[in-house]
Amino acid sequence: MKEYRDILCPVCGCLCDDIEVNVENNSIVKVQNACAMGASKFLNFSKERLKNPLMRKNGELVPCSLNEAIDHISRALVKAEFPVIYGFALSSCEAIKVGIELAEEIGAVIDNQTTVCHGPGVQGLQDIGQVSCTLGEVKHRADLIIYWGSNPQDAHPRHFERYSLLPEGRFRGGKKDRKLVVVDVRKTATARMADFYIRIEQGKDFELISALRALLRFEDIEQEQVAGIPKEKVEELAEMMRSCEYGVIFFGQGLTQTIGKDRNGDNLFALVRDLNKFTKFLVMPIRGHYNVTGSNEVLTWQTGFPFGVDLSKGYPWYNPGDTTVVDIFRRGENDLTLVVGSDPLAHLPRRATMHILEHPLFTIDPSMSLTAMASNVVIPSAFYGLEAEGTAYRMDGVALPLKKIVEPPEGILPDEEILRRILEKVKEIRGK
Amino acid sequence: MELIIKNGIVYDPLNGVKGEAMDIYVKDGKIVEKADGSKAQVIDATNMLVLPGGVDMHTHFAGPKVNLARMLRPEDHYKDPQRKRGVRRCGTGYSIPSVFTTGYWYAEMGFTLAFEAANPPLKMMHVQDELNDTPLIDKGAYPVFGNNWYVMESLSKGKIEECAAYIAWVLSAIKGYAIKVVDPGSVEEWKWGKGQIGDMDKQVENFGITPKEIVRGLAKVAKLLNLPHHLHIHTNMLGNPGNSEVTLETMKAVKDLVTNGELLIHMAHLQFHSYGGKEKDWNSFRSGSEEIMKYINKNPYVSFDMGQIAFTDTTTMTADGPFEYNLYEITKNKWMNADIEFETGSGIVPIEYKRDNFVHSIMWAVGLELALLSKDLWRVALSTDHPNGAPLTFYPRVISWLMSKKARERVLKLIPSSARSKTLLGSIDREFNFEEIAIITRASPAKLLGLKEKGHLGIGADADIAIYDINPKALDPERDYRKIRKAFRFAKYTIKDGKIVYKDNEIIEHFIAKTYWVNPHIREDLYNYINSELERNFDKYYTVKISNYKIPEGYLVKSKRIDIITKL
Repeated sequence: MKEYRDILCPVCGCLCDDIEVNVENNSIVKVQNACAMGASKFLNFSKERLKNPLMRKNGELVPCSLNEAIDHISRALVKAEFPVIYGFALSSCEAIKVGIELAEEIGAVIDNQTTVCHGPGVQGLQDIGQVSCTLGEVKHRADLIIYWGSNPQDAHPRHFERYSLLPEGRFRGGKKDRKLVVVDVRKTATARMADFYIRIEQGKDFELISALRALLRFEDIEQEQVAGIPKEKVEELAEMMRSCEYGVIFFGQGLTQTIGKDRNGDNLFALVRDLNKFTKFLVMPIRGHYNVTGSNEVLTWQTGFPFGVDLSKGYPWYNPGDTTVVDIFRRGENDLTLVVGSDPLAHLPRRATMHILEHPLFTIDPSMSLTAMASNVVIPSAFYGLEAEGTAYRMDGVALPLKKIVEPPEGILPDEEILRRILEKVKEIRGK
Repeated sequence: MELIIKNGIVYDPLNGVKGEAMDIYVKDGKIVEKADGSKAQVIDATNMLVLPGGVDMHTHFAGPKVNLARMLRPEDHYKDPQRKRGVRRCGTGYSIPSVFTTGYWYAEMGFTLAFEAANPPLKMMHVQDELNDTPLIDKGAYPVFGNNWYVMESLSKGKIEECAAYIAWVLSAIKGYAIKVVDPGSVEEWKWGKGQIGDMDKQVENFGITPKEIVRGLAKVAKLLNLPHHLHIHTNMLGNPGNSEVTLETMKAVKDLVTNGELLIHMAHLQFHSYGGKEKDWNSFRSGSEEIMKYINKNPYVSFDMGQIAFTDTTTMTADGPFEYNLYEITKNKWMNADIEFETGSGIVPIEYKRDNFVHSIMWAVGLELALLSKDLWRVALSTDHPNGAPLTFYPRVISWLMSKKARERVLKLIPSSARSKTLLGSIDREFNFEEIAIITRASPAKLLGLKEKGHLGIGADADIAIYDINPKALDPERDYRKIRKAFRFAKYTIKDGKIVYKDNEIIEHFIAKTYWVNPHIREDLYNYINSELERNFDKYYTVKISNYKIPEGYLVKSKRIDIITKL
């Protein structure tokens, strides 16, 4: 039996790096320190997985060889006029680099899951700027912690324990020294732990943030209620924010994917910026997939833009609403879709998904998904952080090493290698 | 592969070559005495200027804050898309170019080595990721230590050896090259929302140590560790009127540590630290270059890089979080902040330097004054603190200002007369010749970095060579400063590791060159002590495990390790 320590958990954006794993006969038999989500992945990841490349023949997905699959995808990519490559939040940064090179080679649009999660937050960042920090800063200093439209108790179970409310930092002794505020439309598991819970009316985030900003300018609020919240309570929240020593807001998709979208991001970042006149205040998106941050980082350092990058012009172009996949799919502009570790048919709006199905669809994924089921070719891939190593970025931008602790099934390659073979094949075809 | 560069007009200040027509032989990436003419590729460089590859010792081109700045500014990229062409990968400029574009731009200008100037150790894997992706230049990175808890705590207890051992451990663990200090003490206080510390003798809250003690301590550490590059410092009060006093105080604070005429501190982007006037009184803002240079000329333990600004739209980024907050307050532009646990902070604010702005136009003059007033260019390096003062593509313009009084006067005429009277630039007649330019862009920075194989064209040097299509014998830089600009912006040939990588406006090779880092060897008992201290406390300090903080050497695409025998 092999015992591994300090293993990264390849599930959520917390990217906990203290997991202990025991491996026997190339299978994980014991996991320590992980949350339920993490432990479940470590123990069960290999139970339901694709073992063979599949290709659609006469309407049926039937097993094929890897070379056959790669050859088919590469030829289609070369032929396509406006292909889209989408995914990468569950890939290593090394794989993302190859994905970008492939997109550049064939003139594709490359986009990642940011486009349907924290994209509006990124746009807010681009409008206002983001006053932020690493998670350890929160652990050492924060005395006011606000979760806004995010529910880490369910979605990022160790966020409290490792980074925000509970850890003992240099200047804070844990929960007793911190106040927890939750802004949400319903009383979530996180909200139930709050010292101060604000039930905000659905879609009224912008209104509440605007009221808080007005109060920070010492203006009066004339209405009795703001966003369904009594004025007094809003005033109390503003005072709490103004008078804390070190505050931080963790926002989730409850803010970015509701009415207002990127304008909510703008307003929230402006609120936090304004608070720095009075005290130290920071804000951080609470990112979902374990390497969605990395996909933004790599795309940004190679092309200048974090998501929705159109390389069809021969140079990078970015215009959310234009070059982002949901909008491209909805308008039916693309004529090929290559999905890497994502399930857009399950997650994207129906009108967008309808157009995906009209054209060749290829999926690289360790497991079967709705998208894989509807694809023309499916290539199974290895699980990063379990069967393949690479780099991933935590939600606060700290890069950490994903490790390989078990061997993938025979013939199963990581995304990086699959994409590289496609890229080489594409170059070979185009060279002729 | 062999290469002969025939009959070029060579300036190689480290070897005393001053514009002589000569041949240079290259074999296997090195400069050699003689090559076999039959096999070698020959470049006819008749009437062309031949220099060692350019060395940029202070630039921000890779890593977390650079990438945040890229993310912050799509508008910066929209105006400067970079097309894919042949081996040339696509990308974007303008002030914060993407990684490939950065490498290509350096190559276009004949630069072959660049050091990333401020990096949080915790995010060093990100830095290495980007360095691994930056083509055609050798590079390295300076991690920041001036607000590090372990450093402040060990120094406040007077434990210099322990501090040195800690820094040796970190440099080797994360593959850094030198010790960088940014606004010592202030960044820690900024994490509580407090401003820059202007009093070098004020105690940093919670840590019982003063900025002056941090600087002195780290200067001693750099000496103990025998690092190839001395202490690299961005001192307190960057950007404030009257900050030349703090700058002088910082330099004086370490004077008594000089034992043998050695270099002790490098003052980074000195322009931003050389202002006269009264604190917070922008009307009193004036050039302070005279006092600063009087001191530096007399004290050979100080070196500096210029930090020149140019009038353009650019992006400021620094580990100096409190300064960036001030700049946001002044400009009301977009503002990013990214504090790093245990170690440092950082901030980003876009800025447009305007010719009709009183303060900006004085800043422009100050940078040039510093270089022009220097009596020892071997302690001076050209920089714009890319992209803080201007994007790296402005180096040729800075060169032309240094070489031509006429070029300077053209700008001086256009700046406000109220600003002109607060500067010395109009009264300085000095014009640099090609040798002096070769010193401040090649020989001097390579020497200051302690890299013996760089910055010259002697036998055994790395074959990093720039060939420019100007004839220094026939050209009058005073009058033809525009030709100078053009020639230095787009070299005729750039040769990296003996390969022609850029020629006639085309990038013809894309490969990843070396990453320099230091591996200081310390006494085993000291290493074991530090290692066990860190292993015991790491979970308290950080939110990552010590094993995941370390970066294995194999992570670097092309590692260039420099092993150092220290005094420990």
